[in-house]
Amino acid sequence: MKITVDQEKCCGAGQCVLIAPEVFDQRDEDGIVVLLDAAPPTALHGDVRESAEVCPTAAIEVAQEE
Amino acid sequence: MARSADTPPLDYPLTSKAALEPPEEWAGLREGCPVARVTLPSGDEATLLTRYDDVRAALSDPRLSREGLASPDAARVAAGDTAGIFASPMARALNDEGHERWRRMVGRWFTARRMSALRPGMEELTARLIGRMREHGGPADLVAHLAFPLPVLVICSMLGVPESDRDAFKGWSDTFLNTTRYTKAETEAAHRDFAAYMSGLVDAKRAAPGDDLLSHLLAGADSEGEPMSEAGLVATGQALLLAGHETTAGFIAMMTAHLLSDRTRWERLVADPSLVRRSVEELLRFDPNGSGFGMLRYVHEDTEFSGGTVPRGTTVVCSMAAANRDERAWQDAAAMDLDRSPNPHLAFGVGPHSCLGQPLARTELQAVLTVLLRELPTLRLAVDPRELRRHEGLLTSPLRELPVTW
Ligand code: HEM
Ligand code: SF4
Repeated sequence: MKITVDQEKCCGAGQCVLIAPEVFDQRDEDGIVVLLDAAPPTALHGDVRESAEVCPTAAIEVAQEE
Repeated sequence: MARSADTPPLDYPLTSKAALEPPEEWAGLREGCPVARVTLPSGDEATLLTRYDDVRAALSDPRLSREGLASPDAARVAAGDTAGIFASPMARALNDEGHERWRRMVGRWFTARRMSALRPGMEELTARLIGRMREHGGPADLVAHLAFPLPVLVICSMLGVPESDRDAFKGWSDTFLNTTRYTKAETEAAHRDFAAYMSGLVDAKRAAPGDDLLSHLLAGADSEGEPMSEAGLVATGQALLLAGHETTAGFIAMMTAHLLSDRTRWERLVADPSLVRRSVEELLRFDPNGSGFGMLRYVHEDTEFSGGTVPRGTTVVCSMAAANRDERAWQDAAAMDLDRSPNPHLAFGVGPHSCLGQPLARTELQAVLTVLLRELPTLRLAVDPRELRRHEGLLTSPLRELPVTW
């Protein structure tokens, strides 16, 4: 799994951090998303996919690789 | 129910027979008339969107805007309502700060991490309010004891409003929300007093900063090093109270009612509180009152939706609650599935204007539900769910009361 985030699109809703705090965080200065782990372990893939699906600005992209 | 161009427009808002049920027209509209002409209480015409894809697109499309609702040809919701809250001094002060700049300055206070830090305090407040409801004894009204007081207390503590001023704060909020009980003059006086109070509070924070939102905004600045204006700070305090109180209070009551109206739902959560996070999302999707009226947008350029083109100059009403029940977007849309995941519901809107307070609302709703399940596992409705009544409010229609016992 390879994750990318678009900080321009992100509106700081924090959904991703509430669901997958191991993978996403928010910048202290404005609440915009920061990616902590672009290739998280398999156990977190479900949470990451859920974060991407519910992000209100579609700022998270998940590419599946082997 | 196919409605053609010459069918007379529907009166909006639509009403449902029972407080927990959706309006009967939704399914037919989504199926046969996803772009429908409606008449608002003001008499102005607007276009109602009810399909998930259309509502989602309309809320994120830059050809539509909320600011455009101030145009002279935009539809007004109520008669005599001069563009309402969007033209108020508060809204103007916020626009002057620049929307994206303002969101980023305020948004930093609403990060998921900060919200998690506030959660123990929210749980404590909830437990205290439930304790008082227990002393009162059942049946008791969960709206008056818990749903209504909690959100304003949470906002007060975020803003750093001293304990001694909280009753006054609650009084203003009451006046703003009870458009039917107070006269226009009373409401305007409350807005003035509240703005004066906020401005005094900002000065007090400047003199003696604390660990609260206003103190941090005062000390903070945007990416260019420019701080927020005094008017912007006062308006922010007002906006957070207005945008966060009624919505959250209404939903705490609705969420509890939906769970108790079929007690197998409640029992499942009592047995497994780890379902709380997903359940809150599903309740936000499921509640047909959700964001009430829906969100208005003004169309600046002709825009294509699934049911046809909407011409520029149109005001559209995006019914997030109808979209949240769209059979095209959801499996078993009409069923409450506490395990549903992912759950990209539209209760908080989407796009750049989506609810700024959603991490707070989510944390608060999860905290309340967790404490309710723990403290009152035997909670049940004290009336038949069909007897629950809503306020005939214009923009939201919260439950008048929620009689419960335990
Ligand atoms: C269950 C509770 C809540 C619901 C259902 C809700 C719903 C919404 C919705 C649908 C919008 C989008 C408006 C639009 O698209 O025009 C919105 C915006 C907003 N909400 Fe909430 N809200 C809730 C709680 C809160 C709380 C607790 C706060 C803050 C204390 C808050 C602050 C705001 C603000 C500031 C905006 C304007 C955002 C912007 O224009 O960028 N909300 N809310
Ligand atoms: S959910 Fe989306 S919008 Fe919200 S913080 Fe994460 S990336 Fe940003």
